[in-house]
Amino acid sequence: MIKDYFNLAFKNLKHRGIRSWLTLLGIFIGITAVVSLISLGEGLELAVAGQFGVSDTELISVQAGGLSNFGPPGSAVSNPLTEDELEAIEKLSSVDKAAKRYIKTGKLEYNDIVVFGYATSVPSGDDRDFIYDQLDSEPIVGRLLKDNDVNKVFLGYNFYVDKVGLDKEVIPGKTVLINDKKFEVIGILDKKGSFIFDNVVYMNEEDMEDLFEIKNEIDIIAVLPRYSDEMDKTKEDIEKVLRKVRDVKEGEEDFEVSTPEASLSTLNNILSGVQIFIIIVASISIFIGAIGIVNTMTTSVLERKREIGVMKSVGARNAHIFYQFFVESSMLGLLGGIVGALFGTFIGFVGTQALNSFLGSDLTPNINFGLIFFSLLGSFLIGGIAGIIPAMKASKQNPVDALRS
Amino acid sequence: MSKKKSDKRSTIIELRNVHKHYQMGENIVRAVDGLSIEVKEGEFVAIMGPSGSGKSTSMNLVGSLDVPTKGQIFLDGEDISTLTESDLAQIRGKKIGFIFQSFNLIPNLTAKENVMIPMMFQGVDEFERQQVAEELLKLVELSDRSDHYPNELSGGQRQRVAIARALANDPEVILADEPTGNLDTKTGNIVMEFLEKLNRQGKTIIMVTHEPDLAKAHADIVYWLIDGKLDKITKKKNGWSDTSKKKLKKLKYSEMK
Repeated sequence: MIKDYFNLAFKNLKHRGIRSWLTLLGIFIGITAVVSLISLGEGLELAVAGQFGVSDTELISVQAGGLSNFGPPGSAVSNPLTEDELEAIEKLSSVDKAAKRYIKTGKLEYNDIVVFGYATSVPSGDDRDFIYDQLDSEPIVGRLLKDNDVNKVFLGYNFYVDKVGLDKEVIPGKTVLINDKKFEVIGILDKKGSFIFDNVVYMNEEDMEDLFEIKNEIDIIAVLPRYSDEMDKTKEDIEKVLRKVRDVKEGEEDFEVSTPEASLSTLNNILSGVQIFIIIVASISIFIGAIGIVNTMTTSVLERKREIGVMKSVGARNAHIFYQFFVESSMLGLLGGIVGALFGTFIGFVGTQALNSFLGSDLTPNINFGLIFFSLLGSFLIGGIAGIIPAMKASKQNPVDALRS
Repeated sequence: MSKKKSDKRSTIIELRNVHKHYQMGENIVRAVDGLSIEVKEGEFVAIMGPSGSGKSTSMNLVGSLDVPTKGQIFLDGEDISTLTESDLAQIRGKKIGFIFQSFNLIPNLTAKENVMIPMMFQGVDEFERQQVAEELLKLVELSDRSDHYPNELSGGQRQRVAIARALANDPEVILADEPTGNLDTKTGNIVMEFLEKLNRQGKTIIMVTHEPDLAKAHADIVYWLIDGKLDKITKKKNGWSDTSKKKLKKLKYSEMK
């Protein structure tokens, strides 16, 4: 009998053609959003974890506040960090080392193609070793910069494998134009799996100061705490001293001191926020989809009043009519779910590939069968729930009135 | 096989002083007021009457599609006037086969599937449903059209599918509401031949019609509903009596539905 209801429902939905498809659009969009974006969310989480995995978790970063959300850290801020502040931080007892970094946007020309990207500075002397230690990476070809290198750069891995849009790999010995000035490429950094490192041009501090005309404006200060288990205390000390130097009150800081854990948790919070937002949007879509099903099924009951009358005249009980409409409605939901899950998985695949090529990460597309199963179950139930009232209306039709319509 | 000429036929449907009143705004419409009809097993009964005579209401009551406001209806000895809608559905599914003027086939089901539907509601398994449907379509000479949808069939073919559907659960009574109303004379005659054949095989046929010629040609008893009164014209063993013929002729010129 249940099989018969499904057969009848399938025939009815097929018969109604485009209207059935339009009805399941809402559920389809909702499930597509849930499946694709949760899959992508997982991908993003993995990507973010990857980005942090390659950076040292013992470093505290200090940057000026303001409009720092746009462009690289420290850019476009109203009150940048200065050498005095760097010195003040270095002098703190809880700080082992502190190094300044410049991160600037620039254009790079090679093979007659211009690309825009980030350049970052490598400090001189002891700080150089400290930064190299933190980078924790060897050159894959060539070498890293030394103190007396002038007009020389080493590049992130993606330049070497032609992933930055230059249509040709860059190898040591070649010359590139950075902001129209010639630089010799002396090495390529090994793959880090993150665009923060793999798409970047590394140059000596002095070269960078000349090229970008930097005068006492530090973008970011990398701080190594004396004791790794005193990360929070070191952070507090830095904040205290910066408040004093920059003459700002507590709570009105125009700078930001972030520990890797805090950054990771901030990013995770953002990701959770994004996921919650996605789930809300998807829920609204599914809700609208359910309303659509109610609407279609109600119309269907009115249109098929005579059919209901015929069914009753040939022996259909109220329950038979109820189940017929209920199953039909559930199937509408389920079909929306199936199409949505397929499309969502497809978007998940494409999105993951896009993340890989954008972030240089190595995520493998991940089909979450549990998610798909629950999406399908959910859409079937939503369809069914949406169909309860119309199905009840259908079952309560008086056969005489129904036949007369 | 034929029970038609047996003298000891049992009553299959009986309406005892049945009333059906409807509330229309502030007025009460007395569609049927004190109707009593007795139909015996194997009879071919025609119900006639002008528009508004309560013909359709009587048909619905006889077919257990509706329950009376007052009075009793017996189907095969069982009082069905107080049953619930679902119980009535079960009974009519088993004991009554409907044939409608406008065929009333389900458009998105094939001829065979349409015939299978009544059996589905009686819990017959699919294999048996298929077999019975095929046999019935063979009976109405539509085996070659079993996979066709209603819109691919002519009016006469659709009505024959409807006859096959009416026979699906092997009911005792066939209730035909203007079965030839939407058909031309030739096709109508074919449909009537099928009904006659079924009657000869022992099925009770109750037909609502506004065509006295049809009633005269096929029915044994004609019930004529007019002004709330019921006139019964019965065919004798040797055919219609002169009085009956006169009455039927008179009906022909009366104002029909």
